[in-house]
Amino acid sequence: MKRVRIRVFRYNPAHDSSARYDEFEVEAERWTTVLDALLYIKAHRDHSIALRYSCRMASCGSCGMMINGIPRLACYTKVYELESDVITCRPLANFPIIRDLAADFGAFFAKHKSMKPYIINDSVDSIDGKEFIQKPEEVDKYLQFSYCIKCGLCYAACPTVATDKRFPGPQALAQMYRYLIDSRDAATDERLKVVDDRHGVWRCHFAGSCSMVCPKGVDPALGIQLLRAYLLGMNRGSKVVAELYSNKK
Amino acid sequence: MKENREGIKGWLNPTRYGANRFAYWLQRLTGLGLLAYFIAHIVETSNIVYGKSAWEKMLAFTQTTEGHIILMVVIGMCAFHAANGVRLYIAEHGKGVGRPGRPEYPYRPTSLGLGMRACIWVSVALAALAMMYGAYVLFGEA
Amino acid sequence: MVRESSIMKIHYYTGIAAIVLVAIHIMFRLTVPDGYSASLEYENVIANYKNVSYALVLELILVTVAVHGFNGLRVILLELRQGDAWESAVKWLCVGGAVAVIAYGTRTIILAGMM
Repeated sequence: MKRVRIRVFRYNPAHDSSARYDEFEVEAERWTTVLDALLYIKAHRDHSIALRYSCRMASCGSCGMMINGIPRLACYTKVYELESDVITCRPLANFPIIRDLAADFGAFFAKHKSMKPYIINDSVDSIDGKEFIQKPEEVDKYLQFSYCIKCGLCYAACPTVATDKRFPGPQALAQMYRYLIDSRDAATDERLKVVDDRHGVWRCHFAGSCSMVCPKGVDPALGIQLLRAYLLGMNRGSKVVAELYSNKK
Repeated sequence: MKENREGIKGWLNPTRYGANRFAYWLQRLTGLGLLAYFIAHIVETSNIVYGKSAWEKMLAFTQTTEGHIILMVVIGMCAFHAANGVRLYIAEHGKGVGRPGRPEYPYRPTSLGLGMRACIWVSVALAALAMMYGAYVLFGEA
Repeated sequence: MVRESSIMKIHYYTGIAAIVLVAIHIMFRLTVPDGYSASLEYENVIANYKNVSYALVLELILVTVAVHGFNGLRVILLELRQGDAWESAVKWLCVGGAVAVIAYGTRTIILAGMM
């Protein structure tokens, strides 16, 4: 067990003209996560701290925050692994602050939505007892990217998002590739037009920070490079739109 | 404050997020440096059209220790920007970044794999070698 | 309007071309028998400009590096700030900058070649 000092960012845009840090000492076991420590502080020291969390097991993507300057999930980060006696918690960078550690995901989700994150295929209307058949290797092309939990860590780490408010960000672009390369999706040209923009996929410079911080192994940088390669005409033949197959005997 | 964007500080700190972020930072800085040098080089070499004395006056201004050090830095910037630029060209065409699969914990992003990291450090090493060769040529004749 | 993918393809190709061309340019400085300093002597430099093939290499360097460099600057400035007025100003600043540098450098190549 060790004692650590947790510095919590405090700021309420409705009332405060500037931010401050409140400091709390807590005892941490080897298994104590930063979220455990914050919830202990909230329960026993200062219940006014605002933070967002839900599943406590890196599935919901709610508790993302800057922990010692790096975007991490608080539930997925152990106090011990930080190897520091001082832990500073700030709201996720590049997200507007609602209050304290709670960030506003409105713009982030809007960008995700602008990528049309759903299968577009006219033949789906006539599906009636039929289904798309995909080979395992066709599933492997997009499965990794579908593990995204929209926690926003990649968005907070991206240097382009840091200054370019029109850039969709790594999460949205990786999701665009996820749907583009899905053999059930037939809207390839429509999708490419969305990202072939002055503030689209070209504003990624492969700094790789998104993949570095992703807690689910999604590797958004890989998705973005493959998306850009597709736009450049590479691997165009690798995608064949699946046809509906009747499973009625 | 409310917007909470990292701003240009997000670009300027190369110490977080590993080798790729460092390469991003250096590629950007060397690109700006090389553009500044390119413009200055066009201007300085245009002195040739004003005759021999103007050319020699310009050479006397640039062929100094300070001038040689600046040129060495330019050589290093040029070597890194070119080598890392080739790496980016390849990666942005979807090559050398790995293939999507089924990630297993502990997750290791294939796009940031050993190959890419090695290319970054080779680019840095090439820049250092080019600078040393530049120093040998520039100061070797002095 | 030119698509961003077309602009960035030009960025890639000019970058790759510039590596080759600048390497030739540097070789011309290093392969002179009397050494680097001698290659910069007035008579040698004028002889370089009078060599049509080398003058063509210089012109190609001028175009490829100016296009690549000013497009790189455009990218950085577009990422720095957003807004229609800013983005339009950045576009014309970079196009203007590239054209001005190419024009000035071409003038030097032509005049020096005629000396």
